Amino acid sequence: MKPAPFDYLAPTSLADAVEALGSYGADAKVLAGGQSLVPVMAMRMSRFDHLIDLNRIPELDFVRHEAADVVIGAMTRESRVGSDPTIAENVPLLTDATQYIGHFQIRNRGTLGGSLAHADPAAEYPAVAMALDATMHLVGPDGSRSVSPEEFFLGPMTCCAEDEELLHSVSFPVWGPGSGFSVQEFARRAGDFATAGVAVGIRVADGVVDKAAIAFFGMASAPVRARELEIELVGQKAMDLDFQEVGNQAVAHLQPPDDIHASSSLRRQIGAQLASRALSTAVKEAT
Amino acid sequence: MSEHILHLTVNGEAQHVLVEGRKTLADMLRDDLRLTGTHLGCEHGVCGACTVLVDGAAVRSCLMFAVQAHGSQVTTIEGIADADGGLSAVQSAFRECHGLQCGFCTPGFIVSIESFLDAHPDPSDEDIREGISGNLCRCTGYQGIIKAVRLAAETRAATPQDMSAPDDAVSDARVGA
Ligand SMILES: Cc1cc2nc3c(=O)[nH]c(=O)nc-3n(C[C@H](O)[C@H](O)[C@H](O)COP(=O)(O)OP(=O)(O)OC[C@H]3O[C@@H](n4cnc5c(N)ncnc54)[C@H](O)[C@@H]3O)c2cc1C
Ligand code: FES
Ligand code: FES
Repeated sequence: MKPAPFDYLAPTSLADAVEALGSYGADAKVLAGGQSLVPVMAMRMSRFDHLIDLNRIPELDFVRHEAADVVIGAMTRESRVGSDPTIAENVPLLTDATQYIGHFQIRNRGTLGGSLAHADPAAEYPAVAMALDATMHLVGPDGSRSVSPEEFFLGPMTCCAEDEELLHSVSFPVWGPGSGFSVQEFARRAGDFATAGVAVGIRVADGVVDKAAIAFFGMASAPVRARELEIELVGQKAMDLDFQEVGNQAVAHLQPPDDIHASSSLRRQIGAQLASRALSTAVKEAT
Repeated sequence: MSEHILHLTVNGEAQHVLVEGRKTLADMLRDDLRLTGTHLGCEHGVCGACTVLVDGAAVRSCLMFAVQAHGSQVTTIEGIADADGGLSAVQSAFRECHGLQCGFCTPGFIVSIESFLDAHPDPSDEDIREGISGNLCRCTGYQGIIKAVRLAAETRAATPQDMSAPDDAVSDARVGA
């Protein structure tokens, strides 16, 4: 048996899970889809006394359209996120991103909340949450709180959840008519984590851009927005955009990582190309 | 360290097993039930050799703890052949098209492809490549495997399938464009 020994607990309600987290704190770890945590345990890079399995808590697995948001429970499987009609209609960026996550066997277990809490800098969902200004709802023994993606993603594999807290759900704002979205990524093999990628949303009213969001993944220690460029894009005529130029501008402020998969400058070139492709796809869809 | 008694159904048979919390589903199937057709290549989610169906969905059995399968229906490679022992369409196609050499990866491929074809009865070549991307083979170079999937799809289309997978199966094999 590869993982170190632990006590296994499978609460069947959120209240029981929160109570267990409250009493074990730093000695406990929550298990979602296990597609990142179990490998880490198998390599003994993580050990703890109590494993709290969230898979038997139905109240964490839901998709609800509430007012201007689609709210998704943390334990909603990636397979459901990718095929849910409410999500496809209202938050198509999530649907689009899901196809790039691993393989269908991974998506059958992996969850939205697990992917966000794991905070891999090259993962798709964190960038989508960042692009859409999602709100993450955390719950712990002292109550609940809601944070922005900027507050949530602290760095590589690090989110702001305290030891006694868990991610309960995430609200994704619905952009409405006139919007277009695209996720583009480069990976050497289908299903690999991205060498670089980008999630883009554009909204156009009367031919003029009135909202823009560009979030890169694999290009920094956490997902990162191209905020200055987004502000510049608003007010421009969608038809007049020079996508190549905009793509180059989008990466100008980044210092992408240098590793065995790609040098920093190659990542920057790939990022510019992907951004230009994503923007032109999104604009086409919006107009 | 905790121990748990689980009740589950494996290949249609009820099983009761005592396991330590940290024992993976793959280890339980192999060591406790002696179903050694489920292979372990990497034991961290990369190779797909350990793929089984849990409540109809293809998953990595090295990334689930056995105790998590309590109450579930599990199908392993040993449960894929027809009740009379005849090979399934996918298994025959692998033999026909040289979809295997050493055979180490084969159980994972077969189980994955059964599930993939349930969701994609008429896949394009691109669908097939995407569908098998979660399984690694070190011998065949994949061309034979791709041919086998194509042939299995044709055979299945020509012979009406008994859709024995549970209705509530969470399978997203549909998603991967
Ligand atoms: C072969 C392979 C390929 C993959 N490819 C990709 C890819 O291309 N893109 C991608 O994004 N991902 C990829 N993944 C990872 C996959 O998406 C994981 O499912 C995901 O990163 C983690 O989700 P999980 O539900 O499995 O979480 P787990 O592995 O169970 O947990 C991950 C971490 O998050 C914590 N956690 C989980 N849920 C909560 C919660 N509700 N509140 C607080 N903390 C929580 C856990 O304690 C743990 O630290 C891949 C995985 C594999 C094995
Ligand atoms: S042994 Fe499970 S994926 Fe390799
Ligand atoms: S047949 Fe040898 S690994 Fe695939």
